[in-house]
Amino acid sequence: MERIPILRMGRLLLVTIQVDMHDRLAMTLQDDLTERIVRDRARGVLIDISALDVVDSFIGRMISNTASMARVLDARTVVVGMQPAVAITLVELGLTLDGVRTALNVERGVKLLESEIE
Amino acid sequence: MTSARTEHLALILNQHHQSLLDDWLRTLTSKLGRKEKSGEFEIRRQAEQFLGLVARTVESGASADTDGTDWADVRHLLGEVSRSRALQGFSSIDTASFVFALKEPLFEHLRSGLAEQPQLLAQEIAATSTLFDKLGLYTIEVHQKAREQVILRQQQELLELSTPVVQLWQNVLALPLIGTLDSARTQVVMESLLQKIVETGAMIAIIDITGVPTVDTLVAQHLLKTIAAARLMGADCIISGIRPQIAQTIVHLGVNLEDVTTKATLADAFMVALKKTGSRVTVQHAE
Repeated sequence: MERIPILRMGRLLLVTIQVDMHDRLAMTLQDDLTERIVRDRARGVLIDISALDVVDSFIGRMISNTASMARVLDARTVVVGMQPAVAITLVELGLTLDGVRTALNVERGVKLLESEIE
Repeated sequence: MTSARTEHLALILNQHHQSLLDDWLRTLTSKLGRKEKSGEFEIRRQAEQFLGLVARTVESGASADTDGTDWADVRHLLGEVSRSRALQGFSSIDTASFVFALKEPLFEHLRSGLAEQPQLLAQEIAATSTLFDKLGLYTIEVHQKAREQVILRQQQELLELSTPVVQLWQNVLALPLIGTLDSARTQVVMESLLQKIVETGAMIAIIDITGVPTVDTLVAQHLLKTIAAARLMGADCIISGIRPQIAQTIVHLGVNLEDVTTKATLADAFMVALKKTGSRVTVQHAE
């Protein structure tokens, strides 16, 4: 079955979404991610969506939920690499991902997380 | 009757080509202002072409329907004339009178040619008049379309001109907004801002609204949308250039700008941006 890989970078976890999201994939990702946060005692999660050209309200909500789940487990979430068109679409949909931190790219995201964890 | 009319008109157009042209040109040039005299040569050329084409079309037994294929050449020429005049800033009346001015000399010739047949003369004049009215109206239509295109192009240019995104400092962008912020402009502003954020990797964007005349709930909503989109790209926004009057309006309207950093002037906003990006500007005092 299709799976989204979760990479470990020190105390951070990196999730790169490169395929079209659908319900089951999102559920699997949330299962895997919560599992890994607990197992690796991760303090931060980076979700890289730079490969996504199209988003809908489902993906927007999925990202929002995932961030909330991570926060319950005391891990900060940063969404990185959003495309301009995706940002405009999300805003037009009214999904401003209020509880989620954002950064332009992975590098900035790592910096942001590390400054927060310290 | 139609054939008779066509014959007479064609006859006149052919036999009296030169005198018609001279009379017509005299009327046309007399209407021109002093400074437009330089266009006289151009008008002469167009008039000659037009008269020649009309003569040929009428002679070939074309129908009176000026929208038909018989008149395609004439329409093409008129279209060209109208368009060039529209771009030169002539009014639609000036453009149409190019055609209408030909009626007078034509009627003159019809009158002298058909003086013995008053009934036929009346018919001739009515038919000729209708024909040239149609052609005149056609020039007005083309003229209007050309003007509309000019306006459309200018609107587009204005849209692009009025939304520059400038880099003020490393990681700091400024977006000086000038003019009313409607949905279409918000879209352009948003796109160019986000594009620039990607290009420069900026972390702070200062939106300066000094040049925005009024801020109502819709404009505020558009601003907030732009800020939200920039935030999704990882850039923080600061709104600057809020005039006292606008501050009052915003509060009266109940617009919530509490989550946004706001500053009165662009200079203040710039200082905040520098602090956030870890830069510092110091003044070196001269001795």
